[in-house]
Amino acid sequence: MIYSALADRIRKNQPVALLTVIDGPNTGATFLVAPDQDKIETLGSLGDNELDRVASRDALGELEAGRTSVRNYGPSGQVTPEDLQDTPIVRVFVESFSPPPQMIIFGAVDFTAALARVAKVLGYYVVVCDAREVFATKRRFPMADEVLVTWPTPVLTDRGPNLGARDAVCILTHDPKFDVPAIQGSLATSVGYIGVMGSRKTHAKRLERLAEVGISKPQDLARLMSPIGLDIGSRTPEETAISICAEIIGKRVGRIVPSLSNSDGPIHK
Amino acid sequence: MREILGDIDRWRTQKKRIAVARVVDIEGSGPRDPGAAMAVNEDGEVCGSVSGGCVEGAVVAEALEILKSDSPGRLVKFGYSDDEAFAVGLTCGGTVHLFIQPLTW
Repeated sequence: MIYSALADRIRKNQPVALLTVIDGPNTGATFLVAPDQDKIETLGSLGDNELDRVASRDALGELEAGRTSVRNYGPSGQVTPEDLQDTPIVRVFVESFSPPPQMIIFGAVDFTAALARVAKVLGYYVVVCDAREVFATKRRFPMADEVLVTWPTPVLTDRGPNLGARDAVCILTHDPKFDVPAIQGSLATSVGYIGVMGSRKTHAKRLERLAEVGISKPQDLARLMSPIGLDIGSRTPEETAISICAEIIGKRVGRIVPSLSNSDGPIHK
Repeated sequence: MREILGDIDRWRTQKKRIAVARVVDIEGSGPRDPGAAMAVNEDGEVCGSVSGGCVEGAVVAEALEILKSDSPGRLVKFGYSDDEAFAVGLTCGGTVHLFIQPLTW
């Protein structure tokens, strides 16, 4: 029963946490915790009502952070070191299943197909968006979860509030009509990665146009990864896709990686 | 877990008994993060993985043992230490803690 509910939520990309007692009283006990609007939906038990209450609250926090970890409690949910003295310890494995991170790709070009493919390998929910009906087709991007024929502004107004640190926006258009609103809209979100394709020259011109619409704060411009990707000498769309995704990973975990946007000199040698 | 749901569903339809092994903790270097999962059915069929192939064989043996013994599940540790020089371990030198339990829930 718990397994079916778990599998169902995972498949629907709905957040759910699976809690299991891995050591101590009631080892093997299983408890499912899922946020349901303002309420918490639960199934099963760790063997004690109070423990269930405390652990389910903690599980919601772990889910929000997308974290999976082991937590220690007393048999009735005690958590402070004083309360945990002289009690058996219940070790609970809290496994978070968060919806997959999203990647929104603006521009339906050859690079888009390669990037969408690599992003799918990494587990992203991939959205491809272009205003040109002939290019933005499901047939050209069968790997994408959604293909939208529209402009960046409505997409980012609609989905922007849901974008967070794990998500990415990649702007591959090279076209000012499209670039500028896509950058503007992305900067208004908390998205963790904004990559913008184009040569150093293109980006310099783009910065001028961004300044014209009032985007010039250093902290905003610093969020734009352009030229996009790592300096690994990528040539083909596939190699470029790898370099973009590697940059996204490095940025997400806070590593210093050789981004093209941090270097100068030719992109292709 | 996501990637093994299909196999587990199939085994459940076939009324097979199933054990699930999940990485719950890693010390030092380890190939898979907590949450990595594999499942073993009573016939010894396997899906998923919990390491880079280093400990899966031993996990299958443990899982079959747990299915036979009606255990509610237990923690199993794989890693190198002086007194376990010949035990199965991770070649990367880390220690992986797994929880293996029957899928009765």
